[in-house]
Amino acid sequence: MAVAAADERLKQASFLTRLMRRPELGALAGLILVSIFFYILASEQMFTLSGILTFMSPAAQLGILAIGASLLMVGGEFDLSVGSMVAFAGLIFGASVTVLQLPLILAILVTFAMAAAFGALNGQIVLRTGLPSFIVTLAFLFIFRGLTLVGLKWATGGSTQMRGIREAVADSALAPLFSGQAFTGLFAWLAERGMIDTFASGVPKVTGISVDILWFIGLAAVGTVVLTRTRVGNWIFAAGGDGNAARNSGVPVNRVKTSLFIITACCAALVAILTVMETGSTDARRGFQKEFEAIIAAVIGGCLLTGGYGSVIGAFFGAIIFGMVLIGLTYTRIDQDWYLVFLGGMLLIAVFFNNVVRKRATGER
Amino acid sequence: MAVLELSGIAKHFGAIEALRGVDLALEPGEVMGLMGDNGAGKSTLVKIIAGNFPPSEGAIRVGGAEQHFHKPIDARRQGIEIVYQDLALCDNLTAADNVFLGRELKHGFGPFKFLNFSGMFAAAAELFNELKSETRPRDLVKQMSGGQRQAVAIARTRLTEPRLVLMDEPTAAISVRQVHEVLELIRRLKDAGIAVILISHRMPDVFAVCDRVAVLRRGSKVADKLVADSSPEEITGLITGAIESA
Ligand SMILES: Nc1ncnc2c1ncn2[C@@H]1O[C@H](COP(=O)(O)OP(=O)(O)O)[C@@H](O)[C@H]1O
Ligand SMILES: [Mg+2]
Repeated sequence: MAVAAADERLKQASFLTRLMRRPELGALAGLILVSIFFYILASEQMFTLSGILTFMSPAAQLGILAIGASLLMVGGEFDLSVGSMVAFAGLIFGASVTVLQLPLILAILVTFAMAAAFGALNGQIVLRTGLPSFIVTLAFLFIFRGLTLVGLKWATGGSTQMRGIREAVADSALAPLFSGQAFTGLFAWLAERGMIDTFASGVPKVTGISVDILWFIGLAAVGTVVLTRTRVGNWIFAAGGDGNAARNSGVPVNRVKTSLFIITACCAALVAILTVMETGSTDARRGFQKEFEAIIAAVIGGCLLTGGYGSVIGAFFGAIIFGMVLIGLTYTRIDQDWYLVFLGGMLLIAVFFNNVVRKRATGER
Repeated sequence: MAVLELSGIAKHFGAIEALRGVDLALEPGEVMGLMGDNGAGKSTLVKIIAGNFPPSEGAIRVGGAEQHFHKPIDARRQGIEIVYQDLALCDNLTAADNVFLGRELKHGFGPFKFLNFSGMFAAAAELFNELKSETRPRDLVKQMSGGQRQAVAIARTRLTEPRLVLMDEPTAAISVRQVHEVLELIRRLKDAGIAVILISHRMPDVFAVCDRVAVLRRGSKVADKLVADSSPEEITGLITGAIESA
């Protein structure tokens, strides 16, 4: 019995092995490398406070999706419909505000409720049919995109763009939570004391932090704590690692997975609300291909495609890498269209790192 | 009163009749060996008792009360613990995580409850120690040998004081010394008044720890007798069908 022979042989896991076991290690290394790259090649503008906030904004919008995607991937499932969900939720939100003239709070509740319902539907179809979530949510990628087009034309009388949304809710007490900048008072105070850069007029160069960045950081923090420190997090890992074993151990696997689909869809709805509030309009191309970018950020962040392994903080770093590359290239003399090449390359390296290098280093079978 | 009473248990998987008319009763502190050829229906029977799937026919009574288990946790709530034949471990988690999966230790304040990692590591280490297994709580199950994995699955049944422990071939992949520890554990369970069903192909083990032995052949129970009144030869004959029933 070969297994029995190896039984008593024990090896102390080295510090390096334990470090290599951390899913977010690759993303952190990638973030450092990309920072060094742009530090050398980009104008120094990029790493000033205003430069950082500039690339953090697209990072945040992608990152909120990536946080949902990474939790779902750790739980062993995919959601390819989040990009289309951003557009569809944008339509629902916009139509609630303009066509139905709902107050902001109700429009937000309606949007999240719709997203949660469709997230649950995605989950139930996957769990009840046993079909791969990859296929089920691919169907919804098209369904939501199509519904958005049809719905937009129906709501606007033929246009694929809907305007006037911000104006309709600008004076709501809730608006500052979802649009504009936070901490403007603090930044003005800092500028007065000369602690941050100002224009000649005395107006600070950075007047505040855009709220989507705060949502991004807040959700990443909450997601990380839940995933690594709570029982639910443990259940997510177990459900993604071996659903059957988890079920036999008393983990409510279906409830966990359905919740993850709901959370992922709600992340998309949040991004929809944030971007619609920011631009004041929505259109049929919102969120286009964001599902892939979110999954790439999650994979760069250490999530395995097979589930049961990954981290939220890794996806957080992964999304920042995205934002840095997207915006960073404009600070260099490199053609911006290298962006896609760069991302594809990052994905390959990340997958290689996760699947090959890590397995060797930790001696996993 | 019997801890477990099965009457007329049958199970069909489509056209396959895995179990047919199985009656079984177990008293507290009684250790029963469940034997039979591969495919005889042993695992199916213990999975029904453990709440993995409902029987197609028949009734389960635990401590006299009829039970309809919908999922494993229902059976666990009635004090039934199981070591699955495939062990049911999550490879991507540590040994301690697996031991406590589904009943994690937590600490915290108010609505905020966080996992008590140090408590779980310490408790798991103690359980492995009791089993004389050198399984380390922080190691990933993925990297473990067959014996260590089995220790994890067995340690799991030790978290609470159960009424009934089901062990589906718990000694299939382990060393001689560890088999001895598992048999010792079964004796300790018995002394504590806990009933055990041990599925094993190892005749000496069954005769060493069991009070009774039941034999399944192609889904039917063909024998159920005191170990003292039987012999390995008779049991072997019952398993193969050389002896019709006893
Ligand atoms: N989930 C299942 N679906 C279909 N057939 C099953 C299932 N589980 C067990 N069986 C069948 O039931 C019979 C008994 O299997 P099992 O209880 O595993 O036998 P044993 O544990 O005695 O070797 C076998 O013919 C097996 O193929
Ligand atoms: Mg079996």
